[in-house]
Amino acid sequence: MGDVLRKLGSLAVNGVWQLGFIARFFVLILRYSGQSFLRLHLTIRELYFSGVMSLLIILVSGLFVGLVLGLQGYEILQRYGSSEAMGTMVALSLLRELGPVVAGLLFASRAGSAVTAEIGLMKVTEQLKAMDMMAVNPIARVVAPRFWGGVVSMPLLAALFSTMGIFGGWLIGVVFIGVDDGAFWSQMRAAVDFRYDVLNGVFKSTVFGVAVALIAVFEGYDCVPTAEGVSRAITRTVVSSALAILALDFVMTSFMFRGL
Amino acid sequence: MSEPLVRLENVRFAYGERMILRDISLSIPRGQVVAIMGGSGCGKTTLLRLIGGQERAVGGRVLVDGQDVGALDREDLYALRRRMGMLFQFGALFTDMTVFDNVAFPLREHTDLPPELINDLVLMKLHAVGLRGAAQLRPGELSGGMARRVALARTIALDPMLLMYDEPFTGLDPISLGVIGQLIRRLNNALGASSLIVTHDIQESLQIVDYIYFISEGRVVAEGTPDEIRKTSDPFVHQFVHAEADGPVPFHYPAGDYATALVGGAG
Repeated sequence: MGDVLRKLGSLAVNGVWQLGFIARFFVLILRYSGQSFLRLHLTIRELYFSGVMSLLIILVSGLFVGLVLGLQGYEILQRYGSSEAMGTMVALSLLRELGPVVAGLLFASRAGSAVTAEIGLMKVTEQLKAMDMMAVNPIARVVAPRFWGGVVSMPLLAALFSTMGIFGGWLIGVVFIGVDDGAFWSQMRAAVDFRYDVLNGVFKSTVFGVAVALIAVFEGYDCVPTAEGVSRAITRTVVSSALAILALDFVMTSFMFRGL
Repeated sequence: MSEPLVRLENVRFAYGERMILRDISLSIPRGQVVAIMGGSGCGKTTLLRLIGGQERAVGGRVLVDGQDVGALDREDLYALRRRMGMLFQFGALFTDMTVFDNVAFPLREHTDLPPELINDLVLMKLHAVGLRGAAQLRPGELSGGMARRVALARTIALDPMLLMYDEPFTGLDPISLGVIGQLIRRLNNALGASSLIVTHDIQESLQIVDYIYFISEGRVVAEGTPDEIRKTSDPFVHQFVHAEADGPVPFHYPAGDYATALVGGAG
């Protein structure tokens, strides 16, 4: 019993320490961001690696999620004789939840893990130390551009994910099943509110972007500089990002969409 | 005699409870190449980190060009580091850049020189280490010796006053080893810099350095010019120079009685 308590206690204490380290790291990133913005090409390069290179997986997944939503949605709505509401259902579930969350999860495993691996390997091969010895701050030169690359790409990718999803729902509903084209779009336009649905979704995905990018750069920078250490750091990035996204999503949803 | 470029005064250092450096005093006179030798794990690399300001001494002072490294804030430390160059054990080249961009890195970060001038400077540095032809290769395409020469070109990009080498001879074939040794000596003279080599390659060092310090268990145990070292009867230096397995540096890591451990079943 004592052992279990002690383990629980040390887990909690370690967790709090870790949170403190991440928070301090976040402040450092913000402090040195100015320097890295002065050389914008560094951040643009990371936008390319995190954003553009994730496009394929995001677009394809978005399409498939939309196709499945179309099939399931039609099947359920048809029972109540309201299959025209399909457009609304597909759009709302994507814009509010699935777009930001699923794109966030995919982004964490595609781009977050790559960032952790890159920074971790730079640490293993002493590149970060060498940079520091050359009087170049690695947080300004390496970490901040990757962080902002992630933060900016994430909402854009989520938006593209939702767009592809809606296109997938339209394909299934209108093209294959034969739901009325006009009803599909007009119901969607009537039901989806720009501020309430779209902007809240964009806000969510931005928060996920900050969380995933911060976890990814922190785990890479903080990893034990060995092959095993890097592989563990990558695993931690994917797992912690997924948990953070789901937990943050719950919190934000409960504040945004009460409908009470 | 002018003030030495680097002076360590009674420096002590520990990682947590583990004492690494007990009481080190040494100096690197301007213009000279000094080697620090000792077995693996005796704190040689820690010394470099102290001089470069990556670690701070627990006691004593580390003076570089008259400045107390341990007392500098980040800005002054960075200003000092711009005048230092450090060659890491395996080069630490940036793997996402070409050889050219690696050498250009410090110039682009710290100067506002026009691209044409940076181009010329980089080619000159690369020419000095014999690798002008490799400018467009990636670090992954280089051999160990070549990578270290590129790193050396990068280290001297800003014409530092102090060059530090962390195990520059490790893992090199005899030819590359000789090349690096000669480059260290030649560049030191050409740049008017001072150099500090941390190594355990005694034969190569004896040929190129002006002065040698031996460190064991966190203390300077012997020192002298290469001639003095060759002639010395100091048992530690003798063991080191002749690569004997046992001597003042024991073969066995400290342990309890062997027979007791075997019978009792506990180390």
